[in-house]
Amino acid sequence: MDRKQLYEMLKKTQEPKGYYFNRNKERVLELLDALITNKERYGYMSCPCRLGAGDREKDKDIICPCEYRAADVKEYGSCYCNLYVSQEWNEGKILHEYVPERRPPGKAGF
Amino acid sequence: MYTLSTCSHCKATKKFLRDCEIRYDFVDVDLLEGAKREAIIEEVKKLNERCSFPTIIIGERVIVGFKEDEIRKALGL
Repeated sequence: MDRKQLYEMLKKTQEPKGYYFNRNKERVLELLDALITNKERYGYMSCPCRLGAGDREKDKDIICPCEYRAADVKEYGSCYCNLYVSQEWNEGKILHEYVPERRPPGKAGF
Repeated sequence: MYTLSTCSHCKATKKFLRDCEIRYDFVDVDLLEGAKREAIIEEVKKLNERCSFPTIIIGERVIVGFKEDEIRKALGL
């Protein structure tokens, strides 16, 4: 799957859930390339902004969309990577704060 | 600084430093393997318990994440 197919597929499935791609399309495509890289590397689409352990079980909470996306979009309007955001975030109605890592330190499988 | 080759915040940090003409050393931790990888992960954990990226060292300061204002301040920009 290439970045364009992935873009269309995810847009179709995620937008109805209220998760929009960042309006900065260049950044989105860069992140989708990174997801494809991780898929090739680990066999699953591990979060590009976190260090994966290379073990699906250990990384299951950070397989994109990660377990922390809902809480981060709710609190900051954006996921940790700035890939998925709320409409308000895209419209500049909320401040684009740095999203801190929500994954508990003990969860990292390395 | 410690970075990941796939991370958007790490890429943005590198670009910011290049644009500011700041020389920097970096290691993409996700590209390392074996003992080297483990040793570097331990280094990062000592600086930043969560081992998140980028972990940036500027003099005595450790900045976690692409926090442009903090980086500017630490660099005196």
